[in-house]
Amino acid sequence: MRNCYLIAKKELQSYFTSPVAYVVITIFLIITGYFFYNLFASFSTLSFQASANPALAKQRNLLNVTETVIRPLFGNMSIIMLLMMPLLTMRLFSEEKKSGTIELLLTYPISDMEVIIGKFVACTTVFILMLSASITCPILVMVFGEPETGPIITGYLGLFLMGSAFISLGIFTSSITENQIVAATLSFGVLFLFWMMGYSVSFMGPTLGRIIMSISLIGHIEGFAKGVIDTTDIIYYLIFSSLFIFLTLRVMESKKWRG
Amino acid sequence: MIKVENLTKSYGNFQALKGVSFSVQKGEILGFLGPNGAGKTTTMRILTCFFPATSGKATVAGFDVFAEPHEVRKKIGYLPENVPLYLDMPVPDYLSFVAGLKGVKRREVKKQVETIMEECVLTHMSHKLVGELSKGYRQRVGIAQALLNDPEVLILDEPTIGLDPKQIIEIRKLIKGLAGRRTVILSTHILPEVSMTCQRVIIINEGRIIASDTPQNLTSKIQGENRLLVKVDGPSSEIIKNLEGIKGVRKISRKEGGNGISQYVVDSEKGVDVRREIPAVIVSKGWGLLELKPLEMSLEDIFVKLVTKE
Repeated sequence: MRNCYLIAKKELQSYFTSPVAYVVITIFLIITGYFFYNLFASFSTLSFQASANPALAKQRNLLNVTETVIRPLFGNMSIIMLLMMPLLTMRLFSEEKKSGTIELLLTYPISDMEVIIGKFVACTTVFILMLSASITCPILVMVFGEPETGPIITGYLGLFLMGSAFISLGIFTSSITENQIVAATLSFGVLFLFWMMGYSVSFMGPTLGRIIMSISLIGHIEGFAKGVIDTTDIIYYLIFSSLFIFLTLRVMESKKWRG
Repeated sequence: MIKVENLTKSYGNFQALKGVSFSVQKGEILGFLGPNGAGKTTTMRILTCFFPATSGKATVAGFDVFAEPHEVRKKIGYLPENVPLYLDMPVPDYLSFVAGLKGVKRREVKKQVETIMEECVLTHMSHKLVGELSKGYRQRVGIAQALLNDPEVLILDEPTIGLDPKQIIEIRKLIKGLAGRRTVILSTHILPEVSMTCQRVIIINEGRIIASDTPQNLTSKIQGENRLLVKVDGPSSEIIKNLEGIKGVRKISRKEGGNGISQYVVDSEKGVDVRREIPAVIVSKGWGLLELKPLEMSLEDIFVKLVTKE
């Protein structure tokens, strides 16, 4: 337990002594803010038009701020996360492998699992910071409108679970290479495939379509953004995370039998 | 303290270790000597449980390296070859981090880090990042982290590589000071280092141990005879004739110079000391004895001899 804490603390320190955390968080917030501005601005234009055009106002959900601003915002944020998370995770093992520090680290009396968990916790902490800074967007909506708080809370829960899944995949790809670019590209590629899978459902048979949809990342975030907490979605992300943590552990152990 | 039996390690088709066995007593400083790629680092990595051997057995302080790596790691302080440290951490932070991982009690971390920094003469660098330090100081940080939590066994992989002569002397002094309570294995391909710091030497080449002894014994064993350098002022042919008459002298050869001052190399039989007779003969003939010194075969010579014999 103490070892996990020590490693997490050390990793957090290096996130913040290097520009990595600042740059990733800032860019994430800028892009999120830009999307939010567009969503909110178009919502207010729509509201103006609706005040002159009663037919428009009758359209279902069009003037619901939760449906037209908050929900798409979460969708946009998850895509930005897809782009940014590999940059947070890529250095975790690759850098240690490249500089050789892993040799020293693994000859201390600590277990491989403690190392992985420590790194996971550190990265998740940065991610939580990033996510919680974006809360200004829903707060602004609350100042000017009356969104439902439920979907906001579940939306953030969903983003958090999805982010953790991204992090474990990123840790895994970082553990298999000593090149950070390769690590980032791999994790981005895999995440993107898991994401895009959802789009091929439209031309697939019903059974295969359902299977693909259950594997796809996109199929499991939508419920949260709507305000629905489905245990299937939670379990999906938990399995996704633990699978890649487990694979990372295997990779670390593989040095024992690899020549 | 350390026992290694028949260790082998293969990387794919390449066999880095081909059956290495040795043991190290408590408190001993063992020098691990060999050319680059001989298998020194591989042996050390197996002992520190970084990776297991392909076959064979190794125990450190009674714990098996393969079965109980966690216990072994607690006993060992390790300094890898190129001193991989976290460059973005301040020196005391880095050492506290390592102290924690090595299981130093929370309350004692600060005190122990301070003591170690003093021991390794690092105190005046405490405000710097590890990455800002010069090579010599990084090496000291590396040794300091190995010393944390007072391990019984120290394994140092080329601890003086890339240092300037003054730093080398300091690091050697530091290592010598560590012996006694601790068992030290250090690897190097610099020979004088071994004769200066180690009580015992293991010479390893192409994955096999080719010699294991004290530096002194190694020298005399391979040399097989005593060799003296004599510098005399006098007629050379007569000098050679007279010196050959001394009992125990096997061979004399003139090294340089003609009539007048010249140098001679005198080989005597093993166990016979002719350092008393030679001056007596020279003085009695009225020549001038300018220099008389034993010519020791250096470890370099031994090393080359052993390695080329293979």
